[in-house]
Amino acid sequence: MNKKKALTSAAKSLLNNFPVLFGVILLVGLFNSVVPKSFYQHVFKGSLLIDPWIGSTIGSVLAGNPVTSYVIGGELLSQGVSLVAVLSFIVAWVTVGIVQLPAESIMLGKKFALTRNFISFILSVIVAVVTVLLMWLI
Amino acid sequence: MNFRIITENMKVLFIFLILFLYLIVFTVDKTIFFKALGFSAGIFVKVIPVLFLVFILMFLVNCFVSNETLVKWLGSSAGVKGWLFSIIGGVLSTGPIYLWYPFLSDLKEKGVRTAFIACFLYNRAVKLPLMPLFAAYFGFKTLIILTCVMIIFSVIQGLIVEKIAG
Repeated sequence: MNKKKALTSAAKSLLNNFPVLFGVILLVGLFNSVVPKSFYQHVFKGSLLIDPWIGSTIGSVLAGNPVTSYVIGGELLSQGVSLVAVLSFIVAWVTVGIVQLPAESIMLGKKFALTRNFISFILSVIVAVVTVLLMWLI
Repeated sequence: MNFRIITENMKVLFIFLILFLYLIVFTVDKTIFFKALGFSAGIFVKVIPVLFLVFILMFLVNCFVSNETLVKWLGSSAGVKGWLFSIIGGVLSTGPIYLWYPFLSDLKEKGVRTAFIACFLYNRAVKLPLMPLFAAYFGFKTLIILTCVMIIFSVIQGLIVEKIAG
């Protein structure tokens, strides 16, 4: 492809998707403003079986910089929440995106987006369990 | 109605839904409305450099990589090389995940394997610049094991997503 055509094609593709990207940014901003930080500490039950799924669910719904999930995860850990639950929360935070799901569906296909997010949700708990098991073994 | 028209309608609906949400928030609590707007503006300023990077990448791929080469590297017959490109690409890519959707959508149209796109997206979780911070919170051992486990599971995830979504 010649340079002019390549430049036009890239600009067109990005501009075409810009309203959706802008929408996701507005949605992330809204979520971060509505949900208080103290919310996270109150939802864990202290159960090794249920907490990882709670962690994954919260991590899936919320969006933002991974650094925020580390800070919250560190806080949860210091308050006695299990490492499996905290890791499930962190992994789901970065791999599952309910807030971005409409944008992902529009740009990459509904079936792809739904499947990828669902599998990522299940895997967030499995990855956390495998990591903690390996840490215990090594 | 073809796919392009449906997609365009979904985009308009999506934007209207978000504007409607903001309208509700504005009516209920103006403080949260302005806080959300400020937060969004902050994100927007931060993502501009990444958007520029995505634009440059799209331009370079359009300019120098033919569809045939792309399919050879990341198509159904790419094999281990394809997985390696997807993992490394995912780890090295910066910024929020949604900024990469237009680029990946372009690659998908050009014939890149679904499994590699899913694998790329999963590896976006492994962020090199954030590793020291993660280690500070959870320890170096957790960091190394979690990173390795996630890279292995990115391949498993890619295969499952491809099997289901095609």
